[in-house]
Order: sequence, then structure tokens, then C-alpha cells
Amino acid sequence: MPYVANTTDDQRAMLDAIGLESLDELFEAIPEELRLKRPLAIPPALSEMELTAHLTALAGKNASAGEKVCFLGGGSYDHFIPAIVDHVAARGEFYTSYTPYQPEASQGNLQVFFEYQTLITQLTGMDVSNASLYDGGSAAAEAVLMAVTTTKRHGRVVTANSVHPEYREILATYLANLGIELVTVGTPEGTVSPAELAAQINGDTACVLVQHPNFFGCLEEVDALAAAAHDAGALLVVAVDPISLGLLKRPGDYGADIVVAEGQSLGSPMSFGGPYLGIMACREQHVRRMPGRIAGETVDRRGKRCFVLTLQTREQHIRREKATSNICTNQGLFALRAAVYLAAMGPVGIRQTAELCLRKARYASGRLTADTSLVPAFSRPTFKEFVVRCPHGNVEAALERASESGYLAGVPLSRWYDDLADCFLVAVTERRTQDEIDGLAACLKELTCSNA
Amino acid sequence: MRNARATQLLFELARPGRRSAQLPACDVPEVPLDDLLPAEALSPAPPPLPELSEPELVRHFTNLSTQNMSVDTHFYPLGSCTMKYNPKRNERLASLPGMIDLHPYQPSATLQGLLELLDGLQQMLAEIAGLPAVSLQPAAGAQGELTSLLIAAAHFRTLGQKRTKVLTPDSAHGTNPASAAMAGFDTVQVKSTPAGFVEMEDLAAKLDDSVAVFMITNPNTLGMFDRQIGEIAKRVHDLGGLLYLDGANMNAILGITRPGDFGADMMHFNPHKTFSGPHGGGGPGAGPIAVSEALAPYLPVPVIVRDGDRYELEYDRPQSIGRVRSFFGNVGVLVRAYCYLRTHGPEGLRRVSENAVLNANYLLSKVKHIFPVPQGDRCMHEFVASGARLKSDRGVSAMDVAKRLLDYGFHAPTVYFPPIVREAMMIEPTETETKETLDAFAETLFRITEEPPDLLCEAPHTTSISRPDEVRAARQPVMSWRAE
Repeated sequence: MPYVANTTDDQRAMLDAIGLESLDELFEAIPEELRLKRPLAIPPALSEMELTAHLTALAGKNASAGEKVCFLGGGSYDHFIPAIVDHVAARGEFYTSYTPYQPEASQGNLQVFFEYQTLITQLTGMDVSNASLYDGGSAAAEAVLMAVTTTKRHGRVVTANSVHPEYREILATYLANLGIELVTVGTPEGTVSPAELAAQINGDTACVLVQHPNFFGCLEEVDALAAAAHDAGALLVVAVDPISLGLLKRPGDYGADIVVAEGQSLGSPMSFGGPYLGIMACREQHVRRMPGRIAGETVDRRGKRCFVLTLQTREQHIRREKATSNICTNQGLFALRAAVYLAAMGPVGIRQTAELCLRKARYASGRLTADTSLVPAFSRPTFKEFVVRCPHGNVEAALERASESGYLAGVPLSRWYDDLADCFLVAVTERRTQDEIDGLAACLKELTCSNA
Repeated sequence: MRNARATQLLFELARPGRRSAQLPACDVPEVPLDDLLPAEALSPAPPPLPELSEPELVRHFTNLSTQNMSVDTHFYPLGSCTMKYNPKRNERLASLPGMIDLHPYQPSATLQGLLELLDGLQQMLAEIAGLPAVSLQPAAGAQGELTSLLIAAAHFRTLGQKRTKVLTPDSAHGTNPASAAMAGFDTVQVKSTPAGFVEMEDLAAKLDDSVAVFMITNPNTLGMFDRQIGEIAKRVHDLGGLLYLDGANMNAILGITRPGDFGADMMHFNPHKTFSGPHGGGGPGAGPIAVSEALAPYLPVPVIVRDGDRYELEYDRPQSIGRVRSFFGNVGVLVRAYCYLRTHGPEGLRRVSENAVLNANYLLSKVKHIFPVPQGDRCMHEFVASGARLKSDRGVSAMDVAKRLLDYGFHAPTVYFPPIVREAMMIEPTETETKETLDAFAETLFRITEEPPDLLCEAPHTTSISRPDEVRAARQPVMSWRAE
């Protein structure tokens, strides 16, 4: 019992003070017939040394991104994490504290959230950011619900096939019992046609949800998509790759009303999918419909600047069933990681990172399609990801063999797209070197040709 | 000792031209950007982030950390939040490269160790819950609630039953009614007795065949185990409804009683509370759920399936509600929960609850002489004291007491929740605190009641800031720094 301090003597003294004979009497309130009469059937306790050996053995059965060269993306990326991010996040005062109910004892967290919110507004060009949600996918669903209550249009939501399929699955799950129709526009060319999107927006459409760069890595025609939404009185909700904003026009500059993003790229490990960071930012006029915690600046009784959680009347602990969402907390520690990451990058670092991703991804796409039998699936401009088609042979088998050769070469698209069953998605971050890309091309050349 | 520059903002410390990150030169042929992307897609300038050097950043954030209270530094008896010690071995083991540098779309052949761990966690959670089927996907307790309610909705849709209501006790966490609304249900509140239990007559009056789910927290938010739970479950089930257990208070009953055994059909766990995941300044948590056999087909995808010695992720589940979160869930939190459970084993887990309940009852036995505890002399893992008498006698509120505790180096209890107790102070010591700490806390509470009201109304006095003007923050919201 490494974490309980009470000795037998302590327990005796405490039971005496309470007026009880035994520990069992503490549970008198639980009817006898409801008690478990046997020990839980779970494995026996392990010492720290045994646990360490056990976890090390389990970890050894996984192949980490350090052992194989990672070209996997689709919303989770092998970006570099500066040491200071881990260092700061390992401070016990940060990671063992809780949500700042007592602002006087939580100024560290509150100021970090305020700084995080500011960094996100700088990155996105939006007016207001919350202090974060769970992940990019559920943030997208929350943004759509926010658009529904903001516009008071409960009829329809329009999205596109080029939005991350898991984000759309989450949205469909969230909307299942709310009587809101979800319309998905096809994207056979890799991006959504603004005219086709506009044709689906009716007078009761709350919003349009698009992703830019999209799930296939392609850049959408965001200006035209924004116009299509706004012409019909709908909001534009856009999911972005935060790293891309080192180069691309910011959503606030092309008319987005709500921006969401998966914040994992900003200094968090891939960690098999979580915990991650749901980024959400919006225009000032929508803030009272925004879900999630928000830190705000104020002054204390002596007039000193300080920070508190603000606009709490939006939230479940006050509004209960009328709250903007059921969400209770943010992803505090991962908002901290993103804040440290963005501050460490600064404008120059984020720009360089985005440029490196772009140049290396283009180099990779050139090498892969020139050296192997793979062909580009789409012709639209891309950022750090691209889709290739494998005209000869089985994609899954090729990827599995590439993995055995040390390359996590790409994400097969057959799970989500019947028409892209012979395709996979390749992601190239700033961490990938020319040698690694050339190695991947050589590996795939062998596999895709021998598969023919 | 305090560094006066510590509370300057990043943006005030920044100077153009300073650098922290250092990136490698581009090793692939450099093509002009204009040849790679259309001009209209590009931003004319990079985003206006602050520019600082690495030493400044480290000092800034390190100093900010010292402006927090935390479990590593202070007693943190925040009721309902189970602020127990966060084991350091779990931090180390969850950060092994073979656990953390894993992409969610890696082939399952390269994930066998992690999938084995997660499968093992599912089995342990199912056993603790007394419910056979587990999903690890929900990202937080509130999302576990929502997921379960969506499962209930799918279940009744399959049965062809139109059930529109969710019942919650008036002592419920705010997330319960908020989750019900998000899942498309109307919420109906059931009254509590003065002792904080479900008022059975009111339940009977509100229970009919339009009720899909009754959501209950047991032990409840007053820290009391509702003995009527068997009867409640029977009444809900007799009318075809489902019983949901909000598992926020599982720390009281590990290995003592199981939700499945007292009639729950579905529940969520809060691994960041019960299983020692650090709270991270407000997250990440996780919200795994356990459900009955009948509800298993509706669980979110993917689920882990075992085929001999090989683990796979299964996506093809036609009755599944779909997904509530991208990828697999908050895996890092789940790995820590696994480490915690494996450290304790069956006897250890039971001792966790015994000592959590012992510590709470011991503290209650002291606090009740200072602040009345309306629900009586006994509790489970937490209790709710009332500051109503101090308020009426001396004009000192529960909030004043909470603020003054900060001066003495204790985090405050949860105040003003649950709403059914006046001037509520919800105190949860957890099993990881010593008797001496509990004694000191009780003595401090007593000392505070003897202090002059003027002093208390102005507290805290020793923290880095005094009480903030929250009204101003809400009326004139300033939610980001702007250059002047």
C-alpha cells in the first residue's frame, strides 16, 4: 500500500474517534445483500520494480515511432517536441493541480489559459478562444452544436467528404437524436466544389463544416466556401491544422465564424490518439454560445491584474440542462503544452516548421510518384499530406510489408472510402529527412512493383 | 522570494528578434513557395506570436507554476474531485517511448503490447463495475455520460420505444442534466429527502414508460450511500427504463459493492479521480464506461477483440452508436489507470476505499463540532458541512472560510455544491492524506471560526492576489491580450 499513510495504530485511533470497532462498520450504510462477498477478480498487486518490468515488456511489444520511420497522419502527427515543453508540463504544481475554482490559488493555471487563448487568437486570426476542449473531433461536433444554437437553425448541417471521417462520425453520433439533418457533399476531385456545397445549403442550414487543409491534405477554396455559407446566412465552421497556419492565410482572415483544430501537433505526443487538445476559437459576437472554460482578465481588490474563469453562466455547473455543453473541464495540461510550444516557436519557428513540412511533403510526393508505380490520387495543391493510389496490388499488404521494413508508410483509406480503397494517405512532418523519404520511396518501389 | 516579473504576460516579455526554437536547414531541394501553393492561400506574414528566448520561457512558466496550489504541494480536499496523490511511477511508465510514441493508425501488429494493456484495463474495469462490457473511448466523465445516454437512445430505438425523459436527483452533478439535453432528452428532477436520499414518492410520481434513464450518483453528492438503490433499480427496470450510475464517487466502494450488483445498467469511471490520473490543472481526464450485456452491441467503435494471442481493433459493429471522440480515447490517462490498478490488486483496492472512507469519517467526526453536517454523523468518502450558522450568526460565508483556508496553506473544499445544502462545504480528504494533515485541517477550520469577520471577508491575505472582481470579468470580458 504505497500511497496510504495510515498505520494500524492510526486506524485504531481514528476508529476510536469516530466511535467504531472495525473498518467494516464504515460500510454499514451499504445493505449486506449488495456487498461483494469475495475479493475482486483482478491480478495481484505488483511492486514498483515488478510493474516497471511489466510495462517495459508491454512497451517492447509495440513499435514506437522512434523505431520505425513515421509517415502516418490523418489528424495525429510526428512533429518535434522541444524539451522545454516536457520540462514545464512535468512541474507538479501544474499537473497535480485542478481546475481553477479558487482563482487566488490558481493564478498559474489561469494565466497560462489566458496566454493560451491569446496565442490561439494570434494563430487563427479569430477574436476569442476558449481554454480548450477534448480533441479536434469532438471540438468540431461542439462547434456545429454551437452554430445551431447561435443561428437558431435546427434543420440542417452541411459538411464535405473531405472532412476527417472520424470527425464526421462523431458529428453524426452527436446529432443522432437531435433531429438535425447532416448532408455530406462528395469530393471526387479531393476538394469540395463551392457550387455543389452552396446547392445543399438551405434557409434552415445552421452551418457548413469544412476542413482546410482537408483530410486528404488538399487545400480547399476557403474564400468561396465562406461566401457560399454566408450568402445563405449559415456560419462557416472550419477545422484547421495549426501548423499550417505558419504559412496559410488565417481563418479569421477568410471569414470563418468558428475555428476548431486538433492541437496535438502543438507539442503533444501522439500517444495512440490521446490525450489531445481540442482547439476552438470564434468571433466575439458568438462567445456567449461557446462551450468550455474561458479565462478572463480582471483586477483583485487591490487593483492588481489577475485572471479568473469567466462567462461561467454558459456552463453546466450553473445552467445544468440549459448549458452550452456538458463539458466540465478543459484539457489544461495540453493547453499548457501548446502554449509553451507556440511561445517557443514564435512567428519565425512556426513559419519554418510549416515550410519544412510543405517542402518535404512535396519532395516526398514527387519521389513516390516518380520512382514507384504509385500515382497521385488528386491534383489539388497540398500542404503536408497527400494521397497516392496503388494501381497494382493490395494497399494493406504493401503497407504491412513496408512496416516490416521499418516504414510506417501511410494510412489506408479503405476503412472510410470505397472509391479510395486502393489509396493511402502519406504525411511528412519537419522531422522527416531526405534520406528517410528516399528510403521510403525505395521501399515502396520494391513493394508496389512486386505486388503487380 | 517572489519574482515580481513572474506575472508579466508572455506578450509583455517578448521582444522582436528573440528566438527559442531552432530548426534544421531544409535538406530537400528548395522550390520557391509560389510554385508550391497558390498565392491567395498564403498569409502575407507569419502569425504574430510573441518572440522570446528559451531561458526566459523556462523562468516564466516555472514561476507561473508556483502561483498554483497542487496535490504535490498542498492538502486539496476538493469534494467530488478525489484529489489523491498522483503516483510518480505512473508518470514515468506512461512516458516510455513504446507507450507514448505510437500513432493511432499504426498497424495493430505494431501495437500488441498496448492493446494487451488496454484489454487488461477493460477486464479490470468490468470486474470493478460488475458490468461486462467496457468502452475506453470517452474523453471525460461528462462524455461518458453522454455516450451512455446515446447508447440508451439507440437501445430504445431498436426496441421501438419512444422514451423522451431522463430523471436526475436534485443533488446531481450539473453534467447529468447537461448530458441528457445533449443526447436529446428532457430532464426531470427528482426530489431528495432532507437526508439527501431519493424521495421514493417523488420518484414513483415521475417514473413512467416515457422515462429512458434514471441517472444516479451513489454514493451521492452528499457522500451518502443510498440504501434504497436496490428498490430504485427495481422500479426503474419494472417500467422498462435503465439505471445509470455516475461513477464520480467510486473511490468509496472499490471491491466493497459493485454498480452492476446494485442494479446499474451503465456507468462511467473517472480514472483521473478514482485511479489517480493527475488532474492536469483541469484535464485531461478520461471517462470509460461499463454497460450490461444487452447494451454491449451499442458501444462506440472501435472495440478491442482478442483472437488467440493477437489483439485487434474491431470497427464493424452494425449496432454501434458510432464515435464520440477521434482515435481510441485518452490513452495516456488509461495507461496510468492500468498502472494504478496493477499496483493495488484486489486487496489494495479495497484498502483504498476503506482508508478513503475512514479518513472522511474521521475528519467528519472533528468538523461536525465546528460546522454542522446536516446528513449526520457518518459518511462514505466525503461529506458536506454547512456554514449556514456561521453565516447567520456572524455574517461569514462558506466562501469566506474557503478563502481563509488558502492563507493557512490548505486548498478550499468545494463550496456551494450540492445546492440542496445551505452554505455547503464539500470535503473529500482521500486515502492518501495522513491523520496529522486531517488534524491540522480541522484545527485550522476551528481557528478560522474564531477570527474576526472583517478579516475573513477580506481573505485571502497571503496569496499572490486578493479576491478577484468576477463581476467585472463577466461584464467586460477580456479574454485575450491585445497590443495597446
